[in-house]
Amino acid sequence: MIVQALAFYLFAGVLLASALMVITARNPVHSVLFLILSFFSAAALFVLLGAEFVGLILVIVYVGAVAVLFLFVVMMLDIDFAHLRKGAMQYVPVGIAVAAVLLGELGMLYLSWNAAPDALLNRGAPGALLAGPTNTERLGQLLYTHYAFPFQVAGLILLAAMIGAIVLTHRTRPGVRRQSVATQHARQARDVLEIRKVETGKGAV
Amino acid sequence: MISFNLIPLLPEIYLSLAAMGLLLLGVFRGNESSSVISWACVMAAGIAALLLLWMPPERMIVLDGMITMDRFSVFMKYLVLAGVAAAIILSIEYMEREKAARFEYPVLVLLAGAGMMIMLSASNLLAVYMGLELQSLSLYVLTAFRRDSVHAAEAGLKYFILGALSSGMLLFGISLIYGFTGSIDFGLIHSSLSKFAEIPAGAIVGLVFILAGTAFKISAAPFHMWTPDVYQGAPTAVTALLAMAPKVAAIGLLMRLLLGPFEPAAFQWQQIIWFLSAASMITGAFAAMMQSDIKRLMAYSSIGHMGYALIGLAAFSQAGAGAVCLYMLIYVIMGAGAFAVILCLRRDGRSCQRIEDLSGLSRTHPLLAYAMAILMFSMAGIPPLAGFFGKLAIFQSAMTAGLYGLAILGVLTSVVAAYYYLRIVKVMFFEEPTVASLDRGMPLARGLILILCLVFVTGFILAPSSIMATAQNAAAALFPE
Repeated sequence: MIVQALAFYLFAGVLLASALMVITARNPVHSVLFLILSFFSAAALFVLLGAEFVGLILVIVYVGAVAVLFLFVVMMLDIDFAHLRKGAMQYVPVGIAVAAVLLGELGMLYLSWNAAPDALLNRGAPGALLAGPTNTERLGQLLYTHYAFPFQVAGLILLAAMIGAIVLTHRTRPGVRRQSVATQHARQARDVLEIRKVETGKGAV
Repeated sequence: MISFNLIPLLPEIYLSLAAMGLLLLGVFRGNESSSVISWACVMAAGIAALLLLWMPPERMIVLDGMITMDRFSVFMKYLVLAGVAAAIILSIEYMEREKAARFEYPVLVLLAGAGMMIMLSASNLLAVYMGLELQSLSLYVLTAFRRDSVHAAEAGLKYFILGALSSGMLLFGISLIYGFTGSIDFGLIHSSLSKFAEIPAGAIVGLVFILAGTAFKISAAPFHMWTPDVYQGAPTAVTALLAMAPKVAAIGLLMRLLLGPFEPAAFQWQQIIWFLSAASMITGAFAAMMQSDIKRLMAYSSIGHMGYALIGLAAFSQAGAGAVCLYMLIYVIMGAGAFAVILCLRRDGRSCQRIEDLSGLSRTHPLLAYAMAILMFSMAGIPPLAGFFGKLAIFQSAMTAGLYGLAILGVLTSVVAAYYYLRIVKVMFFEEPTVASLDRGMPLARGLILILCLVFVTGFILAPSSIMATAQNAAAALFPE
């Protein structure tokens, strides 16, 4: 138990510290690297909770795909983040004030928190059907039975997002040379090749 | 085992399959086919409405409590489908003239429509969120559809960032509710909450966050900041859509949430809705007076209308809920008519949207001017037009529920709001045309929509009881005995 608690505090501490560094680091590349560290710590927290599938998915999807993409974007686009941040500094006091009020309210809520008496019973409800030793298997069973509908709608949302990304960014540019395999194959030697007889001593005109 | 009875979901399934099929057609045929695809999308909405007609009238809860189908969701879904179809029809000619016609446009509108229908029959907070996101994501893209226009891009970005923030608040509220009751199912939340004589703080904070998230979607004050900018910046056809269907979906969702799972907390949410309603009516009435842009004016007008609709919800009675249904029906039809006129405001092939562009319209385009005048009178709530009956039903329910303050405030703000509706009439009829005349010609389909709206608005008085009875009947489904 004590090892688990120590591990929790270790990963949670690293997670908070690296999340703070993400928004305060001057160099955007460092920000992305700290973001990756915070993803790893969050994944470790999931594993501690016994949700190893979610933890591994977090690493694969967020670190493997999303963060690397971020890194590419940050390195490819030359954005002066320091300049962007300059104007934002004047809103920091207001932001901190709002956040402090919200934090205070949530703190009071936490102190007076008592869940409904049947909360534990309710929470068990969708899991009653579950069988299977690993939580990958259990998640799969839940996703394709109880949550089949939201799962399918999530697919539709991704479709809408994809259409949106294409609509908003794709343009047909005029004057781009494209390879046309059919035209290339249809080319005959006589269309493009001309053999001239050059007289000796005169040179080609 | 859970049963996969998909019959109540047929309209949504059909709509999404149609959207995907038409998307494929568009990919192969290119943008020249966009008007064909638009009409096909209108037809798809029509067929989905026919499928709704075929639904059994009694309440059905399927997919393990994810989806509830009852007369209320059927009624609201008709409104959503009507709004979606009208928005697509209004957009066809507009998008072509603006040289922005692309086949993705109607497809995205259909997907947004599917999301709204899911919102209206969801009975699980996860399903609610999924429907909401499907709707919002499609609408963000549609707002920024004219990506070369700075205004549209700005409007899209504003809508997206504030929308994401409101979704975050909604999700935070949902997580608090889950933490408190241990469930996201409407029925279980209701039974958990009804065990308390006094609702504990945890559930109330969750409820407040959920209300803040949904109030953003219906653009009730004080969560209305985005509305004027987005309405102004978006292409007018998209503004027409934004003003009709999403409002119906969000207010339907709000009714289902508050009268369903959060019904035991009625005493608490009534105060919040009271405040939202009063603030929206006041903002809608006073802020609209200074506007010189007709789309901004419509934005504030819609904020005000949402305020009136919320009165019916604050009444917390079956009559009140019925009044909201009736109000939304009339609101959608008046909105469709008004935007059909606004889309005609073009000069030298460019669209214009300032109120002074309307000056002297009665001399240059008398028919259009009279149509707009009737719609404005109806929006102001002047008898015997339809808008009056909507407001009457709302105020009646408020009086029976003892909400005298809200009812008086509602009447006062209607008087203030009448000022800016009548100002448009005055500009059209009593001001000299200062600028060159508007372009002539109105596409047949748009004219047809305008005529239908006018017939409804003026003819409502002939058969008010049957329409009111339908609305009351729909609302009765929210109050199971």
